[in-house]
Amino acid sequence: METPLLSVRQLTVDFSTDAGNFRAVDGLTFDIPKGKTVALVGESGSGKSVTAQAILQILPKKAKIAGGSILFDDPKNGGSVDIAGLPAESDAMHALRGGRIAMIFQEPMTSLSPLHTIGDQISEALKVHADVDPAKANQRTMDVLARVGFPDPKRALTTYPFELSGGLRQRAMIAMALITRPALLIADEPTTALDVTTQAQILDLIKELQSETGMSVLLITHDLGVVANVADEVVVMYRGRVMEAGSREDIFRNAQHPYLKALMRAVPRFAMAENERLTPIREVTSRNLPSVHAPARVQPTGPILKAERLTKSFTLRSGWFSGKSQTIRAVSEVDLALPAGRTLGLVGESGCGKTTVSKIIMRALTPDSGRVLFDDGTGPKDVHKLQGDALTAYRRSVQFIFQDPFSSLNPRMTVYELLTEPLRIHDIGTPDERYERAKQLLDMVGMDQRALRRYPHSFSGGQRQRLGIARALALEPRVLLCDEPVSALDVSVQAQVLNLLKDLQAALGLSYLFVSHNLAVVDYIADTIAVMCRGYIVEEAPKSSLFRNPVHPYTQALLAAVPDPDIDRPLDFAKLREGRFSQPSEWPEPFRIKPGEFGAMKEIEPGHKVRLGHLTDREAA
Amino acid sequence: MIRFLLRRLVTMAVTLLIISALVFFIIKLPPGDFLSNQIAELRAQGESASIAKAEFLIKQYGLDRPAWEQYLVWLGVMPGPNGFSGLLQGDWGWSFEYDKPVADVVGDALWLTLLVNLAVVIFIHLISIPIAIYSATRQYSVGDYLATFIGYIGLATPSFLLALILLYYMNRWFGISIGGLYDAQYAGEPWTWPKIQSLLSHLVVPTVVIGLGGTAAMIRRMRANLLDELSKQYYVTAKAKGLGPTKALLKYPFRMSLNPFIADVGNLLPHLVSGSVLVSLVLSLPTVGPILLSALKSQDQFLAGFILMFVAILTVVGMLISDLLLAWLDPRIRMGGGR
Repeated sequence: METPLLSVRQLTVDFSTDAGNFRAVDGLTFDIPKGKTVALVGESGSGKSVTAQAILQILPKKAKIAGGSILFDDPKNGGSVDIAGLPAESDAMHALRGGRIAMIFQEPMTSLSPLHTIGDQISEALKVHADVDPAKANQRTMDVLARVGFPDPKRALTTYPFELSGGLRQRAMIAMALITRPALLIADEPTTALDVTTQAQILDLIKELQSETGMSVLLITHDLGVVANVADEVVVMYRGRVMEAGSREDIFRNAQHPYLKALMRAVPRFAMAENERLTPIREVTSRNLPSVHAPARVQPTGPILKAERLTKSFTLRSGWFSGKSQTIRAVSEVDLALPAGRTLGLVGESGCGKTTVSKIIMRALTPDSGRVLFDDGTGPKDVHKLQGDALTAYRRSVQFIFQDPFSSLNPRMTVYELLTEPLRIHDIGTPDERYERAKQLLDMVGMDQRALRRYPHSFSGGQRQRLGIARALALEPRVLLCDEPVSALDVSVQAQVLNLLKDLQAALGLSYLFVSHNLAVVDYIADTIAVMCRGYIVEEAPKSSLFRNPVHPYTQALLAAVPDPDIDRPLDFAKLREGRFSQPSEWPEPFRIKPGEFGAMKEIEPGHKVRLGHLTDREAA
Repeated sequence: MIRFLLRRLVTMAVTLLIISALVFFIIKLPPGDFLSNQIAELRAQGESASIAKAEFLIKQYGLDRPAWEQYLVWLGVMPGPNGFSGLLQGDWGWSFEYDKPVADVVGDALWLTLLVNLAVVIFIHLISIPIAIYSATRQYSVGDYLATFIGYIGLATPSFLLALILLYYMNRWFGISIGGLYDAQYAGEPWTWPKIQSLLSHLVVPTVVIGLGGTAAMIRRMRANLLDELSKQYYVTAKAKGLGPTKALLKYPFRMSLNPFIADVGNLLPHLVSGSVLVSLVLSLPTVGPILLSALKSQDQFLAGFILMFVAILTVVGMLISDLLLAWLDPRIRMGGGR
């Protein structure tokens, strides 16, 4: 058998912390064959990123390689070197790093310096490793930029990262990694921060470049869907150890280890049965859900929340020195209806206006036109005209769950203070009653009552998100606006939180507006799904008919771009390559919407509506 | 760019106008003025000749007119006894205390002040930036703790006390008098090479004394800024590219960590004038600080008003400079849309 490009043997990495040593990677052994893609899979904290950092010797200060070897068999130099034996700042290591082994990171915004141009940062990688004159370096940079798909490489040289979209930034990162033609590319969650359609394009690009250059790829990810689509071999990690390793076929068809099986059951898939439940790796049970009931309230006859023709524009000033300003329409004539006790999913890529809609609904923003109607059983009322007690009552009825569980809890408040703050603000109950309520809320989200006196930093991401949900429930709301509540969480924890939300809805009769970019998640939790693109709702349907019969080209592209953790349903990269599905003016007829126009929704089957460029006279009538 | 500058210049002019009004009326707030106080005093002593001179000056500078008229005359937008002659025309007024034009009183002091404090600023940056980089890159090492410890001492020592101590021991051990900015024999002399040499050798102690607190503070802030930046992802990217540690550090995190200091230039300039009054008094430095203090005490209104306006202009100009520098150094500000 050919020697592998990289072979990791009994690798051990220790972190020294105040609380003593912590072993992040524990006797890890795996190989990366030449020209193949190896996926390193695991939850956060499983040690997969630390492994990548160890290979490049860019571990944080507190960590050090405590044992084992990393043999790198460079086809260019012949003979293998043990990276684990090289000092981190030696010349040999500098030459390997970025030269023979390159790395791309998760967050393309923070991974690039905002103060330097793309051209500067990319050509720098080349200049460090090869003796090239500036003109040649620029030429090489332009070539590689063109290769990764920059439409105008010359202009891109002098562009700053913040002027680019997330997808282009990640392409720039790839260009930076590949300009030196490395033998191994380490991709640490390269598409986690990207939209699904962009993700598919980036994965496609990495595959293409791999077949051109013959490099090996170490793909680090927690997304089994991505793994199923691009990996040749899979290594599953848990707590610094390999749980299972093998070819993609083996892993997906014949998973052996209980951990891997559990991981697979925790991922929402499109092909799930109607009432199938996700199985989180660690199930949390709400202790008192059977005993708590929805407060007896008059139910509205129509939808509890209704948005009518919401439109909102933002004015952007472009830079200090140019007086020019630009108006961007973030939301265009959005109609939504949320029936009481149900879940409406709002799906779309970043920047499509879905968060703006949720902010308008909770009255954090005022729409330019259109209105939001809330019906608490006494008839629909315009939310933006509410005042005084009626407004306070509305605030109590509609609560928000945020995306980032880390920044949405004040680190200086204990859990008790966090959970009772809404009660204090609305002046509800005596201190004793609030204390009881806080304990009850913790029970509801399946957390220990001893958590009350602790601070948020001592909880994991999933626990914090449950605290966020408990806080949102404190005022016995009727509607929860969930803005990407699980997109910052691991798959296993994601399943936990989704199940919790479902149980709470069933027990308390809540209505959810669930905003997400993840179609599979929305499919799991929502009853009706509205697809949003560039401020338009392009398609709205009950979830069964949306997935059975997607009509709008954007919905189709979105569905096609979601990687399914099922190797029999691979992504159709060729179809996604055109990449023109998020431009309303480039949609095929009859969906095309000219700039400045709104188009109109047409009902094609009961409850299933699609936005067309214009209605024929007969349809309009 | 041009439009931005014009807009800024107009706002600056308006700001200065408002400041000038505030300055003038605050100086005027205590009852009486320098001359009427003096007249009262002289009258008690019965010196009629001086009283006549003082009354002449009152007429001359319109101190008998209402305050708002005095203000407009001082500004130079209303004719005074000598026609239009105010700040706008370059006439800085008369110092009653020194009995000479304000320009003569502050002349040398003004640029000596700038010189001393510029030396201080350069001293602070030269010393603190390397120490801060050392501290930040070797966080929790012995060197870091040592720098931190010395920094705390620097922060906690009142600079005037340090000045007094140095004054005493320098004289006792070396027989050097470190007061003043040049040897006494050069006072009032024209600027010759020996005088400049004397100035430079006298500059050392004030620079160290005034700069010590600032250096300590700067080390702390720079270290904290740099530590923040060192944990950023783009620094890891730079290292993953294969850059050596020094180059990666200076090109990326260090440059980022400079931003707050550039934004601080606006605050730095006025500090150049008013920051070191106590030390100047103790070391008897011929700088503007002590002059301003005594002018405010004796209500020498034109002198105090001029110095305060000078500080205001420095502030406003400093802000403009720091904004332009920031825009030049940080493309996110220059092009907007910085997220």
